[in-house]
Amino acid sequence: MLTSGIILLAGSLLSPNPGLIFWTAITFVIVLLILKKTAWGPILNALEEREKGIQSSIDRAHQAKDESEAILRKNKELLAKADAESDRIIREGKDFAEKLRADIAEKSQAEAQKMIASAKDEIEQEKRRALAELRNEVADLAFRGAEKIIKSNLDADTQKRIVDTMIQDLSTNRN
Amino acid sequence: MKRVNVILPKALLKVIAILVPLLLTVSGHTFAASGQSDVKNNSTAAVAAPAAAVTAPAAAAVEAAHGAEAPEGDEKAGDVIMHHILDNNVFAFEPFGSVTLPKIVVGGFDISITKHVVMLWLVSALLLIVFSVVGGKYKSLTSRNAPKGLANAMEALVEFIRVDVAKSNIGHGYEKHLPYLLTVFFFILFCNLLGLIPYGATATGNVNVTLTLSIFTFFVTQIAAFNAHGVKGYLQHLTAGTHWSLWIIMVPIEIIGQFTKPFALTVRLFANMTAGHIIILSLIFISFILKSYIVAIAVSVPFAIFIYLLELFVAFLQAFVFTMLSALFIGLATAHEGHDEPAAGAAHH
Repeated sequence: MLTSGIILLAGSLLSPNPGLIFWTAITFVIVLLILKKTAWGPILNALEEREKGIQSSIDRAHQAKDESEAILRKNKELLAKADAESDRIIREGKDFAEKLRADIAEKSQAEAQKMIASAKDEIEQEKRRALAELRNEVADLAFRGAEKIIKSNLDADTQKRIVDTMIQDLSTNRN
Repeated sequence: MKRVNVILPKALLKVIAILVPLLLTVSGHTFAASGQSDVKNNSTAAVAAPAAAVTAPAAAAVEAAHGAEAPEGDEKAGDVIMHHILDNNVFAFEPFGSVTLPKIVVGGFDISITKHVVMLWLVSALLLIVFSVVGGKYKSLTSRNAPKGLANAMEALVEFIRVDVAKSNIGHGYEKHLPYLLTVFFFILFCNLLGLIPYGATATGNVNVTLTLSIFTFFVTQIAAFNAHGVKGYLQHLTAGTHWSLWIIMVPIEIIGQFTKPFALTVRLFANMTAGHIIILSLIFISFILKSYIVAIAVSVPFAIFIYLLELFVAFLQAFVFTMLSALFIGLATAHEGHDEPAAGAAHH
């Protein structure tokens, strides 16, 4: 307590000293000027340069990241597109094959139908032709039989015989 | 290693067991037997460490006062402390003698070289050496390689001032004020630190030095304000944007506000640096006033060491605070909106 009181009372703590102010000002200004030239300039320049360098490195890294991401995205897109394309091609091929199959089946069916129809026609024609032939033959035979009957018209026996033989002939001929 | 560990506490205990009674008896005996004069001799010898010990005339004066009355321990302590804190033209290296500095008077002005002027010059020399070396290193440095050693250590501080003090407080155009802020920071820091070494004196504990530094801040602030706003803007700033009928109150307040800022800077730095030294010396003097070795070992030395470490922190803190507030004032003066009221608030922290 007493000590602090004495210090305050002494008063010289706050007494102005123009000489000291003068020397402080001179010293400080000189130090400021010299340091500004020799130290702060290079140090601050270096710091700024480094800051810029770091910033540009970060920027570059970000840019590279963005670029690689873009490339990746593009690759994925391309892959997806290729997948879709191949899918499409396969589907188209399948569709085409299906259509082709159906076409062929239809066509063959139609062909078969046509062939069957023509075969049926032919058979019908053949049948008709055969019937006509048979009819002619029978008529012919009847004519010939009648002729023979008429030729050996003299007795009944012979007639009978003739008819018998003729029938026999017919049956053998038919067989 | 184990053996040593076991032995060491035992040895310490023994030393304490021998020392404590010895000190008690010795001190009691001596003080009882030889009285005041012996104590005085002891104390002057021990005070030798704080650089500015009693010079011959002062000592004689104290001696005279001493003879007259009984409780003079206080007075003597106060004198020694004041002698240590105050500026004078004797640079004392106590046990080895002292250097009397030249007295120069030019045109009626006393511009003699005093202890604090010498300390300022020492600080300047140190600053110039350190930063010439660092600056030289940076000149040869490309952005590709990293600084190391001293350059790296200083870079941390420079970068701190640049980014956290200047850039964040001044904002746009802070580069212009960086050399001033950096110089002020390191100047004050080195002054504070040199004041803490034996035989050193704290130049920043002198109100004249801190006044000069804050006058520089004042001028820098005013010039920055003029440059930022022009004369018209500067005058508008003084009215604080109020109605014209209030100008008669506001203008004087704003003008006073301009001067309170450097005043606050001055007193803050000076008082902080002085107070720390006074506390350390007072703690040491407690042991002389109480005339006890026990007090010296148990109270004075540990507490003085604690305060000394605190002072190391305060040395950095006050340099930072001065620079920070300078930057803040410049920032407020150059800011394009608002006015100076927050600055006045901040100045009284």
